[in-house]
Parts: sequence; structure tokens; C-alpha cells
Amino acid sequence: MTTNSTGNVIELNGVSKRFATPSGGIYTALRDLHLAVAPGEFCAIVGPTGCGKSTTLTLVSGLERASGGTVEVDGVPVSGITPGVGFMFQNDAVFPWKSVLDNVAAGPRFRGAGKRQANEAARDWLRRVGLSGFEDRYPHQLSGGMRKRVALAQSLINEPRVLLMDEPFSALDVQTRSIMADELLALWEQTRPAVIFVTHDLEEAITLADKVVVLTAGPGRIKATFRVDLPRPRKAQEIRFTDDFVSIYSEIWEALRSEVETAYARTTSEVSA
Amino acid sequence: MTRAHPQTDLTKVAAQPATAVVEADDRARSRELRRRRIRRRILLNLARIALLVVALGSWELGVRTRHIDPFFWGQPTGVWKQLKVWITDGTAQGSLAEQILVTLQEAVYGFLIGVALGVILGIALGRSRFLSDLLSPFIKAANSIPRIVLGSLFSIAFGFGLTSKVVLAVVLVFFGVFFNAFQGTREVDRNLLSNARILGASRWQAVRHVVLPSAFTWILASLHVSFGFALIGAVVGELLGADKGMGLLIRNAQNNFSPNGVLAGMVVIGIIALVAEALITALEKRLLRWRPPQMAGDAGI
Repeated sequence: MTTNSTGNVIELNGVSKRFATPSGGIYTALRDLHLAVAPGEFCAIVGPTGCGKSTTLTLVSGLERASGGTVEVDGVPVSGITPGVGFMFQNDAVFPWKSVLDNVAAGPRFRGAGKRQANEAARDWLRRVGLSGFEDRYPHQLSGGMRKRVALAQSLINEPRVLLMDEPFSALDVQTRSIMADELLALWEQTRPAVIFVTHDLEEAITLADKVVVLTAGPGRIKATFRVDLPRPRKAQEIRFTDDFVSIYSEIWEALRSEVETAYARTTSEVSA
Repeated sequence: MTRAHPQTDLTKVAAQPATAVVEADDRARSRELRRRRIRRRILLNLARIALLVVALGSWELGVRTRHIDPFFWGQPTGVWKQLKVWITDGTAQGSLAEQILVTLQEAVYGFLIGVALGVILGIALGRSRFLSDLLSPFIKAANSIPRIVLGSLFSIAFGFGLTSKVVLAVVLVFFGVFFNAFQGTREVDRNLLSNARILGASRWQAVRHVVLPSAFTWILASLHVSFGFALIGAVVGELLGADKGMGLLIRNAQNNFSPNGVLAGMVVIGIIALVAEALITALEKRLLRWRPPQMAGDAGI
């Protein structure tokens, strides 16, 4: 793995992102953001609604270009779609017209693998996410949790060095969510990509991550970074009741709360204005 | 809904395990629902036949009682006789099957070419902002003119053969397909496109695996209307000048002052259109297997 001098896979330096709004104004989503993720590190980003969490992911993946600053993956400035990156979207992004097997095999097929080889790899990944026997189903025939597993297998089959996750489990019910968290951790241990996991759920962030980054209410910049040194392997259902977890939670929540309140005050004042 | 088994008394219910009662009850209900559905379908079909009989019967009656002049309007039994003559003795221009095949060939060629052009251009313009900005005023203008008139031009330019009808059918088919393909391309879920690109899809692969299947729902919807347009193109082309085909048959009937002939021609074309419609529906079902079934089938109990 090639990394830059600092040894990080992902490095954002002084990054800003501005969008033109439909009314002709300029909206600043990110301002002067610095973020570094080490190889194999699981980094969670939390922050209030509209603070530019998702924007950060689109910049790292190359779906969007930064307005200022530098974004580097493996020491190479991002231009176009970043190679070696996997992305899990907030909404279902599995292809509804492809069977489960074809969905998972899509990545290798796009990258020029033969059909048999791709299908073999896809079967293997479906087994790993516990979906053997569902190869011929279409996404609409699966539950929300199963579709997430398909999406996970679809991303991981390309063996990304960087996995970007945009509130991937936010649409699931609480129980399924903690099961998916456990499965994600187990799969992550197998290939150990660097992860940026965006969420608004602090509990989920602490359960999963080595490092939790708190963003300010938009325009987003880093307010504080916390290390989560809870022992692995972790169990989502159990870890949240440990004393360490509770103390880290209250520490981070202290930093997060004022940002959430700021963001909330803004949305309510917009409504009343 | 009324209970299906009023004979069930309380002592019996108490003696059985509760789940068995519920299951038996559910089975009885679903049987009852199925019976109702079948009964409804039979009733509906009977009503349809009755409607047809009443309509055709009153027409025939009107002719027999001299309220309707069959010289201008024809009559159902006359149409039927004409059809029988065409089938058994053939038409003045050869067998009926030959006329149908000629028209069908023109319509199918026009349909296929028109659909191909519509899909390709619709997706190209849907994907390219520049192309759509450049061409959209021209396409809108072309769509608003009465294109059927172009048939006269085509029969001058291409003669009485196959080409002039095919070209007219293409012109009629193209726009419906084009607008649907264009809209379908515009409505593609951006998430899916992003996902495909991150998974490693090239531009062409993104079109092939995301844009095309997504737009297909829209395109298939337009095909139902489009085949009708292709048939109209072929028949009108033949009316304007041809040496074979259903349109010519109708035109000759017109020249012979035979309204029954015109109507019989219409019936034949109508049957062709219905068969084509059934085929397209079957194709649609096959290609859109991946879509969740519509919720309309669930009746409340």
C-alpha cells in the first residue's frame, strides 16, 4: 500500500466546498476541514443535520470536487472517481433490475472480470454476508436489512482500501441496525479497509469506530476528535452498557450538543422567518 | 363479510386449539374470496358480450327498420359477409392473408426503426445537456406539425412500395418513444449512477447497466401506443397510394361505395392491433420482472 509521508490513506487539508443554490446564492457546506485517516482505521464522523458530513464522503470518493484545499487518497490528489474506494449510500443504491448475484458481481464485471469469475467471487461474498440461497432474488423481494447486506457485499467485493459509508443503516429499525453493526465489524476485520462512517447516531459511531470526529453546525469544520479505545471484537448490543462506553459517550455528547442545538435553532428560525 | 360457517357453535370452538380455528377460518375466507373473484369475472364478461350484442343489434335493427341507410353506414351482417368472402374467396388484389402480411411488414419495420431511433436519441439527449438544449426547439416544432401529411410527400419521393409506408410509420412512432426515453433518462436515480461509477463502471457501462434499464419502464409504456401509430402509418401510407395491403383494400372499398368493405378492413386491422398489444404486454411483463408487484390486487376483507 502506498501512503504519503504522514502514513495516512486519506488526507484532507484545508478543504472547503461551496455549492451554488438554485436561488443564485452560494452555500458553504465545508470550510477549512482537516481530516486524516490511517490505513485500517475506522473513523466515524458525527455532526448535526446539514453540517457537510455526506459532502466529505463525496469529496473523498471523487464524485464531487473540492472548492478549495487538497483531498488526497494514498498520497494522490483526488481527480475523477478515486480508485480503490467503496461507497455505501444512505438510500438503497443496489440496482433493482439486477438479481442479488448480478448486483454483487457488478463491480468485478465493470472492472473487466469474466462472468464466471465474477459470479464465483459474488457467491463467496454472499456467503460471507449470510445471503447464500438468495442469489436469484430481486432487491424488492428482500427486507431492508438484506438489501443493506447486498450493498455491503457489492462494495466489499472490490476489496477497497477505503470504505465510505453515508448513514448506511439509518433507514433500518433499531434491532436490525445493531445486528448490521456487528456484521459490518466482522467483515471489516477480514479486509481491514480504512473507513469513514458518517452517522448522526453517536451510539453507533462509538460502537464501530476507533476515532470519532465531531463536526460543527454548517459550514462544517472539525470541532473535536475523540479516540475510542474500547477493546475489539465489540458486540453492539453489549458494549453500550459498559462504563467506558458511557463515559466516552458523555464526553463526546458534551462537544456535540451545542452544535446540535445551534443547527436546530437555525432550522426553527428559518421556519418562523 | 358474512361468516362462512355459521354452524360453528361455541362448545366446538372451545374444544379445538385456538390456532386451528383461526387457520380454518382463514382458509374459508380465502376460498370465499376466490369464489367471489371468479363470479365477478364471469359476470363482467357476460356484461361485455351483452353490451356488444346490444350495440351491434340496434345498428342491425336500425338498418332493417330503414332508420339507418346501409348504403352510407353499412350493417353488421354485411360486414360479416364481406369478411367471409375475403377469407374464403380472397380479395380483388389477392388473398386476405397477403394483404395483412404486407401491412404488418410495413408496420413492424416502421415500429422497430422508429423505436430504435427514439430510444437512441432520447437517451443521448437525456444524457447530454448541450444536445437537448440545441435540439429541443426543433423536436418540439416537428412534433407539433401534423406529420401524417408527410405521407403525401413520402409517396411522391419513395413511390408506392414498402419504403414510403415504413418511413411514415417511423415518423409517427419516433416521437412518442423519444419523449418517453428522454424523460426516463432524466429520471434516473442519481444514487444508482454514482454507485455504478464507484463500482468501476465506464460511461458506456453506466448507460448500459443503469440508464437503459431505468428508462426502460418509460420506454415500454410508450410501446403500447407506438405500435398503434405504426399501423396507422402503414394504413394511411397505403390509402395514399399502394399496390397491396389493408389500406388499399379499404380504399378500393371506398371507391366502390362499399361501407361494409371499409368497416371489414377496420375490423381486420383492429384484430391485428389487439394481438400486437397482447404481445407487447407479454414482453413488458418479462422485461420488468424485477419490479415489485402492484399493490392494487389486495382487496380489504
